[in-house]
Amino acid sequence: MSSTTESLPFTPEEAAPPRNTAWRRFRRHRLAMLGAAVIAVLVLGSVLGPFVIPYDETYIDILHRFAPPFAGPHVLGTDELGRDMLARLMMGGRISLAVAFTAMAISMVIGISVGAIAGYYGGVVGAALMRLVDAVLCFPTIFLLLALAALVQPGLGSITLLIAATAWMEVARIVEGQIRALRERDFAVAAEVLGASDRYIVFRELVPNAIAPIVVSATLNVAKAILLESYVSFLGYGIQPPVASWGNMLNNAQIYLTSAPWLAVMPGLFITLAVTSFNFLGDGLRDALDPRMDQP
Amino acid sequence: MDTLLEVENLAIRFRTAQGEAAAVSDVSFSLKRGETLAVVGESGSGKSVTSLALMRLLPKPPRCHVSGRIRLRGKDGALLDVLDLPEEAMRTVRGNNLAMVFQEPMTSLNPVRTIGAQITETIRLHRPMPPRAAEEEAARLLDLVGIPSPRQRLSAYPHQLSGGMRQRAMIAMALSCEPSVLIADEPTTALDVTIQAQILDLLRNLQQRTGMAVIFITHNLGVVAEIADRVMVMYSGRVVEQADVVPLFRTPLMPYTQGLLRSVPRLDLAGRRAGPLPAIRGNVPDPRRPPAGCAFHPRCDFFQPSRCDATPPTLDKTPDGREVRCLRWQDSLLMAGSGEALPPQRGPGAEPLA
Amino acid sequence: MTPILDIQNLRKWFPVGGNLFGRNRRQVKALDGVSFSVRPGEILSVVGESGSGKTTLGRTVLRLTEPTDGAIRFEGQDITHLSRRALRPMRRRMQLVFQDPFASLNPRMTVERIVATPLIIQGGFSRAERRERVAEMLRLVGLQPHHAERHPHELSGGQRQRVGIARALIMNPSFLVADEPVSALDVSIQAQVVNLLLELKEKLGLTILFIAHDLAVVGHISDRIAVMYLGRIVEIAETAALFRTPRHPYTEALFSAAPVPDPTLRRGRILLEGDIPSPLNPPSGCAFRTRCRFAEAACAQEVPPLREVAPGHLAACRRGDIALQGVLES
Repeated sequence: MSSTTESLPFTPEEAAPPRNTAWRRFRRHRLAMLGAAVIAVLVLGSVLGPFVIPYDETYIDILHRFAPPFAGPHVLGTDELGRDMLARLMMGGRISLAVAFTAMAISMVIGISVGAIAGYYGGVVGAALMRLVDAVLCFPTIFLLLALAALVQPGLGSITLLIAATAWMEVARIVEGQIRALRERDFAVAAEVLGASDRYIVFRELVPNAIAPIVVSATLNVAKAILLESYVSFLGYGIQPPVASWGNMLNNAQIYLTSAPWLAVMPGLFITLAVTSFNFLGDGLRDALDPRMDQP
Repeated sequence: MDTLLEVENLAIRFRTAQGEAAAVSDVSFSLKRGETLAVVGESGSGKSVTSLALMRLLPKPPRCHVSGRIRLRGKDGALLDVLDLPEEAMRTVRGNNLAMVFQEPMTSLNPVRTIGAQITETIRLHRPMPPRAAEEEAARLLDLVGIPSPRQRLSAYPHQLSGGMRQRAMIAMALSCEPSVLIADEPTTALDVTIQAQILDLLRNLQQRTGMAVIFITHNLGVVAEIADRVMVMYSGRVVEQADVVPLFRTPLMPYTQGLLRSVPRLDLAGRRAGPLPAIRGNVPDPRRPPAGCAFHPRCDFFQPSRCDATPPTLDKTPDGREVRCLRWQDSLLMAGSGEALPPQRGPGAEPLA
Repeated sequence: MTPILDIQNLRKWFPVGGNLFGRNRRQVKALDGVSFSVRPGEILSVVGESGSGKTTLGRTVLRLTEPTDGAIRFEGQDITHLSRRALRPMRRRMQLVFQDPFASLNPRMTVERIVATPLIIQGGFSRAERRERVAEMLRLVGLQPHHAERHPHELSGGQRQRVGIARALIMNPSFLVADEPVSALDVSIQAQVVNLLLELKEKLGLTILFIAHDLAVVGHISDRIAVMYLGRIVEIAETAALFRTPRHPYTEALFSAAPVPDPTLRRGRILLEGDIPSPLNPPSGCAFRTRCRFAEAACAQEVPPLREVAPGHLAACRRGDIALQGVLES
């Protein structure tokens, strides 16, 4: 008898204004709170850190090459040229996070637009767009990325665009499904009776109602973008030295893996930390923004 | 011996994010063989939750607490304490003694299994018999509820039937073990009027033939007048009035019942448009935040400050055996000028019986 | 008096099934030749059961779905083929109130924003003007100023429907389609909303096409009533005439099936046999003949046209010789 819950005298969504309940649910999610805190620390550290610590990330301290962490003036040690690891990790964080956030933003714009157009108009246009999405999704992301990277000049801008180009499809799928369902709802019809344009209906009435899955997939996309940037830089097609990124630091550290393992461990740790935190945050947001999850 | 079901002081509390909330309190009633009790109420009145409590279909504690006493007469004449039965025994009671029909049959029927498979399964669950015989029985039941060519319909899927036919199939399933009490929760609300008339007719016939008692939950006063022997009006989780159907419609005692009856436009005055409808003002109360005192007082024409909003009224017995929850029911009767009762309505092609 | 809305032979067929090239495609004839006109200032109700096409009628009249055939004239102008852009200024004049007041309000917006939506879409209003118009509208539909800050889920069903009405009326339309506006509401709230609609109709000089299935409400609110069955109008008349002397057997059966809140009237109903036939495959001739107690062989031959049986009273039944029961006046 499935209708037990439907017959309850009141629905959970009606319990309180949605924003408060969302925040309350989010706070209950310990790992997500932790993830959010770690991300805050990483972002703040990358943005403000370089102004605080005494070393420039390109400064070569020839006397302290391969200095191990937690010994001497360089807190996290130095690399093969005596550059300060902490400074490089922070600057690398700037690059990696900036690339990831920008790529996420671009992929969101593309994904939401494609998904909204396909979902709202449906029919031939929708089918064509969604088959395109399917086709792009068929390529393994990393091969697609490498193939594209081999064709263009590596650089900050181009690498960001490439990552965005491989990350928008899932968003498009999510948004398409949401908009297709929402467009049948009466409030969309109500806007149409009022003479609203398609653009108004899609972006002012419908998309805000799909904000929960969009925010979640945006978060997960940041994690994915960090990983992708690391892959590509690690393989040498991404951010080029001497500019630091977590990926190319890892690449750089390969040959010293046995003699100076911290050179690989440190960037690896930061990548893992960032990716895991964003994934936890995404999980937490998914639960928090879904009113059906409201159970004591 | 004639009483099949006795409910005493039923109270249901839900735990929500905001704390405990009483969905139903102090509900008592009894049901005799062959009787139809209509439970009338609006959203949040607790009428559906009450029926789910009878079936023990509410969530388990700590999400939901049910207290009070529900006694059911088994087929052997023994009294069962429904709230204390072990789950195993309760499963036998559901179907055998108590059966339920829901508003939207589509959500209660399994969409990927044939009607026949679903009915035969229910039959064999309670009455072990070979598949062939169960199929025969299923066809007989479909015939009983007025589904044409029942043998062919056994192999139909729910979506292949119309709304009215699906509701008939649900009723057939509920009847498969000859329950002594049928609970029908808004069984005709989703149906068109001509189909609703058919289903009401069917329920009445079945009741005459089988002698089962029916608890009919609805918000439609026309349907109540049509089918009920006795009526229980609920408001904000409490019984506010209980009476036999004719006196209730003739001289409603509780101001809420009076207001409800007056606010329904009358067919026999159609086209006259004699001013605005006498509507009840205000809104249906949020069951989590019922008003103090009498829950109806913010909407009541007979509201008396510092009395109705201070003292919760008790359910009073009137001399003629009715029950009413109102501090001023005697006054309200006088002030409404309804000493001579609401004028009788005249329907299409019919003369009043009394 | 020129009609505010004039519908000629309106058809709306929905294609279903069939393969990619449209082979084996069948048509659901939701509207199959509907003609009527609405006089300025009247409330014309359309009643019918599910599948009768009454909701499609409301939507097609407002050009929310494209008519397959026929003509819609609104305030003298043919709007059957107007583009969406050209329709936009017309939208100020014709509006819709929905059945489900919750589904028709955007859950993410405040009441103020929802009611202001028409002003934002139509443009040309400053923020202060919008605020003022919304406040005035809320007062008119009986809401408090503090409701403006609320979200739909914080309101009761009746309040939500008032918000829907406020949104529909804020541009001062002359014509309103009300699609089952009270059937999703609690019984004690229905009368309030019916009263509100009647009051606003008087105050603002509205014309209303009222779509419903509840005969009691329809009988109270309407000047005239059109009864629909399987995509066609089978009878249309003044309210009192329709209730007292129905001229189509289906109308009679509808009245007979309507439950009356008087327990002393358990009466011999005219119970219709069977279900409403599928609009995919309607019976030949008169669509109602399969359930009609007066049907004869000739009824299967051709579709009976709507013809005038009394002044202003049209019915589509070829049998003029039958006596039908109406609702007696008390």
